[in-house]
Amino acid sequence: MSGSAKQVKQLDRVIIRFAGDSGDGMQLTGDRFTQETAAFGNDLVTLPNFPAEIRAPQGTLPGVSSFQVHFADHDILTAGDAPDVLVAMNPAALRANLGDLHKGATIIVDTHDFTARNLTKAGYQENPLEGDSLDAYALHTVDLTGMTIEAVKEFGLSRKDASRAKNMFALGLLSWMYGRPTDPTTSFLAKRFAKVPDIRDANVAAFKAGWNFGETTEAFAVQYEIKPAVMPPGTYRNITGNLALAYGLVAGSVQSGLPLFLGTYPITPASDILHELSKHKSFGVTTFQAEDEIAGVGAAIGASYAGHLGVTSTSGPGVALKSEAIGLAVMTELPLVVVDVQRGGPSTGLPTKTEQADLLQAMFGRNGEAPVPIVAPQSPGDCFAAAVEATRIAVTYRTPVLLLSDGYLANGSEPWRVPIVDELPVIDPDFATEKNHGSGDGAEFWPYLRDEATLARPWAIPGTPGLEHRIGGLEKGDGHGNISYDPANHDFMVRTRQAKVDRIADTIPLIEVDDPSGEAKVLVIGWGSTYGPIGAGVRRVRKAGYQVAQAHLRHLNPFPSNLGEVLKRYDKVLVPEMNLGQLSLLLRGKYLVDAVGYNHVRGLPLKATELAHAIGELVGQAEGIDIELGVWGEPTQKEHI
Amino acid sequence: MTTSPLTELGLPAMRSGTEQVPAADGPQTSKEFTSDQEVRWCPGCGDYAVLKAVQSFLPDLGLRRENIVFVSGIGCSSRFPYYLDTYGMHSIHGRAPTIATGIATAREDLSVWVVTGDGDALSIGGNHLIHTLRRNVNMTILLFNNRIYGLTKGQYSPTSETGKVTKSTPMGSLDHPFNPVSLALGAEATFVARTIDSDRKHLTAVLAAAAAHRGTSLVEIYQNCPIFNDGAFDAIKSPETKADALIPLVHGEPVTFGATLEDGPSAGKGAKCLVRDEATGGVKIAATADVAATDIVVHDAHSADPTLAFAISRLTDSGYLNTSPIGIFRQVERPTYDDQAREQVATSRSGVSDNDTADQSARLAALIGGGDTWTIL
Repeated sequence: MSGSAKQVKQLDRVIIRFAGDSGDGMQLTGDRFTQETAAFGNDLVTLPNFPAEIRAPQGTLPGVSSFQVHFADHDILTAGDAPDVLVAMNPAALRANLGDLHKGATIIVDTHDFTARNLTKAGYQENPLEGDSLDAYALHTVDLTGMTIEAVKEFGLSRKDASRAKNMFALGLLSWMYGRPTDPTTSFLAKRFAKVPDIRDANVAAFKAGWNFGETTEAFAVQYEIKPAVMPPGTYRNITGNLALAYGLVAGSVQSGLPLFLGTYPITPASDILHELSKHKSFGVTTFQAEDEIAGVGAAIGASYAGHLGVTSTSGPGVALKSEAIGLAVMTELPLVVVDVQRGGPSTGLPTKTEQADLLQAMFGRNGEAPVPIVAPQSPGDCFAAAVEATRIAVTYRTPVLLLSDGYLANGSEPWRVPIVDELPVIDPDFATEKNHGSGDGAEFWPYLRDEATLARPWAIPGTPGLEHRIGGLEKGDGHGNISYDPANHDFMVRTRQAKVDRIADTIPLIEVDDPSGEAKVLVIGWGSTYGPIGAGVRRVRKAGYQVAQAHLRHLNPFPSNLGEVLKRYDKVLVPEMNLGQLSLLLRGKYLVDAVGYNHVRGLPLKATELAHAIGELVGQAEGIDIELGVWGEPTQKEHI
Repeated sequence: MTTSPLTELGLPAMRSGTEQVPAADGPQTSKEFTSDQEVRWCPGCGDYAVLKAVQSFLPDLGLRRENIVFVSGIGCSSRFPYYLDTYGMHSIHGRAPTIATGIATAREDLSVWVVTGDGDALSIGGNHLIHTLRRNVNMTILLFNNRIYGLTKGQYSPTSETGKVTKSTPMGSLDHPFNPVSLALGAEATFVARTIDSDRKHLTAVLAAAAAHRGTSLVEIYQNCPIFNDGAFDAIKSPETKADALIPLVHGEPVTFGATLEDGPSAGKGAKCLVRDEATGGVKIAATADVAATDIVVHDAHSADPTLAFAISRLTDSGYLNTSPIGIFRQVERPTYDDQAREQVATSRSGVSDNDTADQSARLAALIGGGDTWTIL
């Protein structure tokens, strides 16, 4: 299926959004297009966006599910602000997504579902395909469903089953338009539907029919070519954040020699971590689906006490339920990794949408002075390294660690250079095996006698003779660890637990600032998944000829030790976040810096264009000049649209 | 351990609750199990008697001290682990069964005990209790029931009788109480027993059976709080009333109690007995002399069906305790959660070396480098 006589145009990047009803298979379609694109060698970033309802009422706006993929011949940082191409499988999908398109964008519509009833459901008074309301776009009306049914009729499927292959027809058409390899999808379909040959053959036939339609129809005159991106040498795969995070936990287990015990309760968008880890028992992984969030973390703490790597995975509401138990892990000083895949809040909030508003909960959401280290990945693939780092800190310092992913990282994907296992850090659990206080017959085991460098206490696991000891939530005396109500001891222990967390800064990298000219007056600093949009926004400002520095925090507690000095170097500090200013608050409080927030809580990643304008404005203020971002601040205009 | 019903059926017996726990090198003393911490319960508290019984019993268990773990929640009884020289964790309110689940699932070589109270286990921790029981995780839960909140100074508890006048209920409590044994049987617990703090011999026998049981053993211990609920169990403890108040349950024996009959066909049996109640499907108390010997309920702790055990548990007074069955209500065998979880891991690891780090690294590399990959040179 190659060799087109049609005109071929070169593009450097494209953003495509597949949108349809939640039953239309748009996530699968997007995922397949992504795999083809990854195999082709483009850099890419994806943004799945789906409703919380498993099957929202068919044909309605709340039922619209979409998958956006941005791919390019160079390295890119975001899933893109505005799609260049929208594939809309029904009126609701068109209406729900049209507002995100810039003028001139290409729209491919499946006309089949544009019936009076569906138009009404989507809130259209008139058929938008018939008036002039879409004149500003390159509109292609295609009866995708009708052609699909025609293409698969030889397999004798019911009309309903036949029409379900329409997403593969759409995928075939788009695969042709952008010169994607088709083999990955045909072999995927063969495997997925191996047990139902009719369905398998129908899907393959629909996929091929879509490709052939693109090649033969006069409606699509141009095929586009986006060359493979130049990326550092290595083996790559496409990976989502949840998968990378699960692999990172397995790696943390292998590198520490501690069997992984996941105690958890299903919650969107973290459940896939449980699903994935449950497949890896051959690595000694035990997954325990508990009766609730509290039991999940309780069992993980018990497993840690017994000498395993205790992990619990959840989202913000689950962290709220687990907070007392996390405090127990702080007090008993046991290793524990708490994964929080953040979603929109408060309460049930926006379960399937992204947000990063749990930072202060992670930082302060416990009773008493209960410091917990915080690590945050910056991209889907980076979830792997962040999970290994969280494990290192938890085991080395005998402390719970909060690993703050989010819904965008969890479900979004990117090409990931597979790490070399030998280059991963080795984590030493350093179990206590000997009494550590006094000598001879008077020798004792003191569970709170600390390592001088890390302030970590000894980890003596049950089964170790002579080291029998009791720990618990009550305050313990320094060293011997017996219950103590002594005022001076409590003051000392509170300060010591804080000092232990502060000392982690000795073993984390200094924050690096990307300031090419060294002359920027404005620093943009973020954390977590905003790395992509911030990087893209900064690039646009620089391309327009202005100076701006960028830094990104992986460690939120403790901060890198040079952070204060870095912040003071700049006249202005901008902190973009998907919350109302939580990192800003921490930076202002700790470093007395006049940080300026850039905050959106729309359940979606920040938009690079808007961010570029916010950065530009601050650069203008700092330099005392007028800023003209021109085309670099606008959605990129493609020559073909 | 009592005879396994499976053995009687010619099937292989299930493993003992402590089968994989290393045995002690030699005889142990109760002193070895006593920590150096000063015991701080109120004078006269029933907890002292239970602590002494456990410290005396543990040497008989014959396990290595370092392989025993006591986990507790919050409440007076939850200080228990501090007084035993084993491994232990005094955790948070209601959550001890969750922590014990993690410990027991992670390690087959540990004897895991939970010490909890009526407030800890049945109020804030009720959810964890029922789920632990249904999963049948290998641990023994000692539920100290004093029918009052002691550590918070005397509020009514989920086992207090309705109408209880306490600091928080000056006009009397309104809640209907839980019967812990009925609750555990409803959750399909595999081992359910009830005993009394002051009866060292019975308490010790029940502890031994509970420890030997593989799965979750729930032992309700009636425990007197001399400060906030003194005398709650006097009827079954006092020599004058005890014969008519305490219904002893012994597997395989007809259930009779009350004054011993001197003569007649039922000589040697108690004057009262349990018979099936056709009207309700439950059991009721009858005069032994009035019923045929074959109509007296014979206690069968090993019955797969918990219905009769449940019916017997309903003879416990929900108000002031005038009557209560005591003993092992149920002891049946069911695969444990932790054994099966370890079995799944072991099956998946068949052929994988536990100590070969190079092999682990190679397998990790294969995992993370799996799926559709491409190489850039």
